[in-house]
Amino acid sequence: MHELGIVFHIQDIAREVAQENELTQLQEVVLELGEVSGVIPSYLTDCWKWACKKENFFEDCGLSVEEIPARTHCDGCGREYGTVSHGKICPHCGSKNTWLLTGNEVSIKEISGS
Amino acid sequence: MLFGTTPFVFLDLSNEIYLDKERHNVDPIKVIEVKQDVLGQNDKRAEEVRRQLKADGTFLLNIMSSPGSGKTTTLLGTAKRLPPDVHMAVMEADIDSTVDAAAMAEAGIDTIQVHTGGMCHLDAAMTLQGLEEVGYKDYDLVVLENVGNLVCPAEFDTGASKNVAILSVPEGDDKPLKYPLMFEVANCVLINKIDAASLFDFDLAVAEKNIHMRNPDAKVFPISAKTGEGMDAWVRWLTTEMKTWKEDDHE
Repeated sequence: MHELGIVFHIQDIAREVAQENELTQLQEVVLELGEVSGVIPSYLTDCWKWACKKENFFEDCGLSVEEIPARTHCDGCGREYGTVSHGKICPHCGSKNTWLLTGNEVSIKEISGS
Repeated sequence: MLFGTTPFVFLDLSNEIYLDKERHNVDPIKVIEVKQDVLGQNDKRAEEVRRQLKADGTFLLNIMSSPGSGKTTTLLGTAKRLPPDVHMAVMEADIDSTVDAAAMAEAGIDTIQVHTGGMCHLDAAMTLQGLEEVGYKDYDLVVLENVGNLVCPAEFDTGASKNVAILSVPEGDDKPLKYPLMFEVANCVLINKIDAASLFDFDLAVAEKNIHMRNPDAKVFPISAKTGEGMDAWVRWLTTEMKTWKEDDHE
């Protein structure tokens, strides 16, 4: 649901980066998206296409998404596990004393253009 | 998702970009490493809004909840109970319609309607535009009634001094488990429609436990905006928070 808002923020950053680097035409924005970031890649891509059609500068600019797996660290036993399969409870020792290592990212990795 | 008419506000800096069609044909493609958190920009802007509001002495309260949980009725009840020297304005944020703004205006409350043009939340830049439109410096308290949604508004810091979430009894006491971020960012949770608790399988103690599991510091008030139950305690909390905020020089 919040994908459109995120698209507008990506465009804001892309404009700034393009200006700083004297790009007049964008080719692609590469996004790193965590598995549990709450952002759905297909919705994001749809919103991206819709928003890019409204502005010449983004006309031919693609969006590619690199997914980052969600991993959780357990303070109980010091081990790591996959967040999506096990949630907040450590599958190794049953501890609830856990925190997310990766998987919450919504960040721009790189922008290409000329 | 609704893509309505022109958004009420959004940043459009496209005229600052100079498109040189001839040049890009000869230039090779450059790849620029950015490594920038997309919402980091909004967080920075939200901090600026907070600083500005603090300097001008206006307390911004951001109210978030599901559609139909009673934000508007709670606000009307709150306005009635505020001390007379508190000058209040309301910003109603919705995808469409002016229903809520009309209800506020009818009650004699200064209000503006903000249309998000299809977006499910307000971000800090949109909030700032709304604040300027409302003339926030004339008020002690500006309330932002955010778009009805338990997911997205929690992701975008608006620059509010305090965040309030409303959870109404018919929604169920398990919602803090399902929408954790909303309850993590809320300084205060109002459990509304408490007068209807007997009609639903809603356990207040379970709801409180679930909220505090996500956010041990959240203040919880069971209220009924309709009957007025619990409203005085909530408004007392709000006015105390406003006073503390005003006296705090470190923010």
